[in-house]
Amino acid sequence: MDKKLERILPRVQKPARYTGGEYNAVKKDPAQVDTRVAFCFPDTYEIGMSNLGMRILYGVMNNMDGVWCQRVFAPWGDMEEEMRRAHMPLFALESGEPITDFDIVAFSVGYEMAFTSILNMLDLAGIPLHSADRTGLTPLVIAGGTAMYNPEPIADFIDIVSLGEGEDVTVELIELHRKARKEGWSKAEFLHRAAQVPGLYVPSLYDVEYNPDGTVKAITPRDGAPGVVRKRIVQDMDKSYYPAKTIVPSTEIVQDRVTLELFRGCIRGCRFCQAGYVYRPVRNRSEDLCVRYGVEACNDSGYQEVTLSSLSTSDYPQLTELCDDLEEFCQARHVNLSLPSLRADNFSMGLMQRLAKGRKSGLTFAPEAGTQRLRDVINKNVTQEELLASCRTAFAGGYNAVKLYFMLGLPTETDEDVLGIADLAARVMHAWRESASNKQRGVRITVSTSWFVPKPHTAFQWEPQISKEEYERRVKLLREAITTKTVTYNWHDPDTSFLEAVLARGDRRMCKVLETAWRKGAKLDAWEAYFSLDRWLEAFEECGLDPHFYANRQREKDEVMPWSMISSGVTEEYLWRELQQAKAGVTTPDCRTRCNACGANHMVGGTCHV
Amino acid sequence: MSKLRLLFIKEGPAAYISHLDLLRTVQRAFPRTELDIKHSNGYHPHPIISIVLPLPVGQSSQCELLDFEVTQDTDGSGIADKLNEGMPEGLHVLSCYEAKRPVRELAALKAEVTFEYDNGVPEDAAAKLQELLSRQEIIIQKRTKRKDMADVDIAPMILRTDWRTGEGALVGTVLVQAQNPGLNPQLLEKAVERYAPELTPDFTRVRRLELLDAEGKIFR
Repeated sequence: MDKKLERILPRVQKPARYTGGEYNAVKKDPAQVDTRVAFCFPDTYEIGMSNLGMRILYGVMNNMDGVWCQRVFAPWGDMEEEMRRAHMPLFALESGEPITDFDIVAFSVGYEMAFTSILNMLDLAGIPLHSADRTGLTPLVIAGGTAMYNPEPIADFIDIVSLGEGEDVTVELIELHRKARKEGWSKAEFLHRAAQVPGLYVPSLYDVEYNPDGTVKAITPRDGAPGVVRKRIVQDMDKSYYPAKTIVPSTEIVQDRVTLELFRGCIRGCRFCQAGYVYRPVRNRSEDLCVRYGVEACNDSGYQEVTLSSLSTSDYPQLTELCDDLEEFCQARHVNLSLPSLRADNFSMGLMQRLAKGRKSGLTFAPEAGTQRLRDVINKNVTQEELLASCRTAFAGGYNAVKLYFMLGLPTETDEDVLGIADLAARVMHAWRESASNKQRGVRITVSTSWFVPKPHTAFQWEPQISKEEYERRVKLLREAITTKTVTYNWHDPDTSFLEAVLARGDRRMCKVLETAWRKGAKLDAWEAYFSLDRWLEAFEECGLDPHFYANRQREKDEVMPWSMISSGVTEEYLWRELQQAKAGVTTPDCRTRCNACGANHMVGGTCHV
Repeated sequence: MSKLRLLFIKEGPAAYISHLDLLRTVQRAFPRTELDIKHSNGYHPHPIISIVLPLPVGQSSQCELLDFEVTQDTDGSGIADKLNEGMPEGLHVLSCYEAKRPVRELAALKAEVTFEYDNGVPEDAAAKLQELLSRQEIIIQKRTKRKDMADVDIAPMILRTDWRTGEGALVGTVLVQAQNPGLNPQLLEKAVERYAPELTPDFTRVRRLELLDAEGKIFR
């Protein structure tokens, strides 16, 4: 082990995060490696190792001959301090080597609040922050992940953005980079060629002009770059790589279990949900293959819990069959199945009995809004009766805790909608009284509200976030309306949601703000321990930009969105149509009921197999 | 039903795996053995696994013991190899056998303590250290279970120490009491800080070498 590291580790919290050497971590003979990839996750080890995408691409890259993909996570503050003091550059867990001279430095960016950690990690690695200041072919700094559907706030720092699912395009990009190095291309030549690869967006090849009012006037590609870059997807989930043999961390992580991915995409079309739009179209993995992967992953890792993962698992067509087919194995091996979230409209007794046989603690439903009117606006096609029926089923089956998730500040929300949340919670309480199988144990109902953040590539991308004062007023209104003692009310901290709304729809001028905020100490902004809105407000002030312009402004139909050169496959016309339907309170049926012509079907040859 | 014991190495990156994480890691390797670990009775049954002498995070060891019970009758043969298939780097099971000797017979711990000096080993350090650690009373400040500091005399827990000068380091082979009460060899550094501050090392490394009984025989 590295001597500097050995001296640092006794002084930091949770040192096992920084040592590597976990079961299934990939070691390669450096003599056989011509491409070293630093696969960076701009958050801590526990968060990054819980990310399935990270595990998939780690496997995909390491399956390539001559490529050694190594993991890098953001150090916690104590570790960063020690590393800086010891002049120890950011290193990769597999080899322990500094990533400064790796061939490719790739970031997986799942959420906007991780942006500053990207800068911090580049700085810790001793890599110039700005793409323009990195003149050679290496290190090439690339980024992908859900937050990259609007990469503009970090456009100055990233050489290439990979859009959508990375299984295929990552391999193509690495091969192209290998060729470029072998043949001695210039970086400009390489970026020009990379921009021709479908799914790769090269920010430096696009000029952005602004109107006097600060909105984007035009985005103009240069050097033959395409006007619109469309995301990449895996065509066939049965042929795509699944990490059945994957790293088992030696220290506890957030999702410390097998993640079995059943399908991608979502049939529902909730109008606020970015994932629901950008992961289209729905692609199912065959049930028998899911069973096989589940068994293989448990056998290899030794985990005793499998989470059946997707955006809406109860919509998997053969869910009960899958549970039944896994039952024998699960029983013999004491393995529990769990679901990440449940839809309140198709939660059945049968499903409940198949899940969590031993411990019945809590269930989580997300009605998102308190009244039917508002649920219709957001196209969360769940009725109050369905929710109450699901709760009755759960209470009768022995559950004694229900968590209900809502958003405040959704478009068109009125006080009546806010109070509807309290009313719904009271009705759930009543449902428990009616149907609980064991009343002695009492009941816990938790209502949580977050502050709605409008996201790019959704029907609400034109909508403003309500003001902080208004959000706080609605929180207070709801708090005072919840009078039952058994109902606990939690609400989300407004400052982080506000910044998230600013960054989510930011343009390229935000890069300067990001850098300024980082220089003031911003990093790991998703953590309360580090986040400070004041630091950000100062940065905006210094850069002469108004955060409210990004968060709280109503956009017009013809406004050029900063991310309009990026396509998720869903057309802007469709999103606009959905917004009009939302305002009219008209719901859109799910993809299984009817194709709504969102455009994503063109990514799978015209017809989705939902 | 059998009571089994593992003898294993914990070193390199695995030296930083905490006690609880180690239990989790070992538990995840168990399904490979097809043995059924006995679980406690109760509302939330937990597997009956215990580490005989938990190793402080950061120290390495070539003599760790872990006790567990299985529902089958077995002498433990073949188990070590199967477990090693699922182990992280630095954890390696040397053997698995029936736990016959009770843990209370474990009396002493032999460890190698390395004091590193970045600017060279101070003069006569080995001899001074030898003298210091042979005193009748060595009081250090130690954090108690209630998290406050207390004075503890560690002299009775130090059974023997031998120091030699290595490259930029003093290397001691120390024999300390293992339990009731046990001494963490790392704490010898505290004694040096207090009584011979000029000998305070820049870094201390500890590796457990052997577990012994009251007669000085190897404890397995």
